[in-house]
Amino acid sequence: MQIYPCPFCGPRDETEFFFCGEAGNDRPEPASSISDERWSKYLYTLENPLGASREIWMHLTCNEIFVMERDTLTHVVNGSNKIEREGE
Amino acid sequence: MTRRYNAFSLFREGLRGQTGWKPAWRSPEPQKQYDVIIIGGGGHGLATAYYLAKVHGIKRVAVLERGWIGGGNTGRNTVTIRSNYFYPESVALYEFSLKLFENLSRELNYNIMFSQRGVMSLIHSEPEMEMANRLCNAMQINGTDAEIVDVDGVRELAPLLNFNSGARYPIFGATIQKRAGVARHDAVAWGYARAADALGVDIIQGCEVLDFLRENGKCVGVETNLGTIRANRIGVAVAGSSTLLAKLGGYELPIHSYTLQACVSEPVKPCLDTVVVSPPIGTYVSQSDKGELVIGGGLDRVPSYNQKGNPPALETILSGLLEMFPIFRQLRLMRQWGGTVDVTPDSSPIIGPSGVPGIYLNCGWGTGGFKAIPAGGWLFSHLLAKDEHHEISRPFDIDRFAKGALIDEAAGSGIAH
Repeated sequence: MQIYPCPFCGPRDETEFFFCGEAGNDRPEPASSISDERWSKYLYTLENPLGASREIWMHLTCNEIFVMERDTLTHVVNGSNKIEREGE
Repeated sequence: MTRRYNAFSLFREGLRGQTGWKPAWRSPEPQKQYDVIIIGGGGHGLATAYYLAKVHGIKRVAVLERGWIGGGNTGRNTVTIRSNYFYPESVALYEFSLKLFENLSRELNYNIMFSQRGVMSLIHSEPEMEMANRLCNAMQINGTDAEIVDVDGVRELAPLLNFNSGARYPIFGATIQKRAGVARHDAVAWGYARAADALGVDIIQGCEVLDFLRENGKCVGVETNLGTIRANRIGVAVAGSSTLLAKLGGYELPIHSYTLQACVSEPVKPCLDTVVVSPPIGTYVSQSDKGELVIGGGLDRVPSYNQKGNPPALETILSGLLEMFPIFRQLRLMRQWGGTVDVTPDSSPIIGPSGVPGIYLNCGWGTGGFKAIPAGGWLFSHLLAKDEHHEISRPFDIDRFAKGALIDEAAGSGIAH
């Protein structure tokens, strides 16, 4: 059992967490001027890195989402941070 | 020298003290130029090379394998072969594969130990029974065999299942595909390798692709640890490493790499002569010819390249197994392993041009690539030989994502990936 750090609740079992997607894949705006190719890329194309990875995770017990930095080869967790809006 | 495998050659070699057998394939040095290079010496890559030489007459073919052939997901799966999918496009693909498997031992002159012992998907509730009827109807309309049996039929086929009235997941019945079955995974890779080698294909192991060679925007070869190798067309069939090759080649993929685990028990006397799957429990099991129970389940839901797997996923698989077959709690686990599978958003494979001229893709098989090896090889060789799709592979082109024409088998047939 691996322990993941939730930025709100601290270290918890991996089974309490859910992988939501890659971080940094921002929704292209405005939708009316986005090409099919760009929209498809937003929906489906993935970095899928080997090694260092920035990912969005949810801690299912507190329902908060956050950014976790992991290594996809060694599974070492290198950071866990709440998501902050620009300017905060 | 003995090249052909049959009862007579076995008898003759017995008298000669087994001294006449030739190696099943050569280990040649790479040449400077080929017609086609296949990256990845797994089942799909080797099958592609075989059909290129056999069906299309293209014999200047090299298969480049970083490790040893059949050492990736071809050697890590749970060997189930079936075509019980929902959408017509998927059934056309997997049914074609199953039909090729039915004649593969004879075709390759290599016993792949294909055993059509059937696959049984358990049904645990009334609503599931109705969904199973829908799935079964779809499969029959699409032209593959499928039937539904009630609980007595299930009891006849697998009496060790948990039929207690107090079971957490009571058994209502099952859908069965009788032509489905299992085969020996190494034999599929080795059989294709031997047959391809006999037709002149160079199988080069220990050859890692470090970069693609490009001239005027077209890919014309690869840089490897064994030097530069040029080719007119390059096929990439590397399963879990698809994204890594895409980064070298300069194209993008809608693929996530996950770990899929499996395990085997100690060998026991024959006790299960079919493949049993329980979709809600998320476990499947069959018994190998050696007597080991071969056990698998769903993905580790953590993006990973580490080929090991995390304990919670294994615990889910094994607790599910004991729910299905309480008697198996007496068994000890002998081995556990993991493979890196490349999962697409719609759980269907990608076959087609990569977008970079000269590079072609065979990837995205997720947890189900083994069963598709003959069809994947056949269709990919067609693409590489003619630079156009076979009608069966056309729906699986990567352009389906931009078009929104997904073939969502996770929703359609409820497969676990």
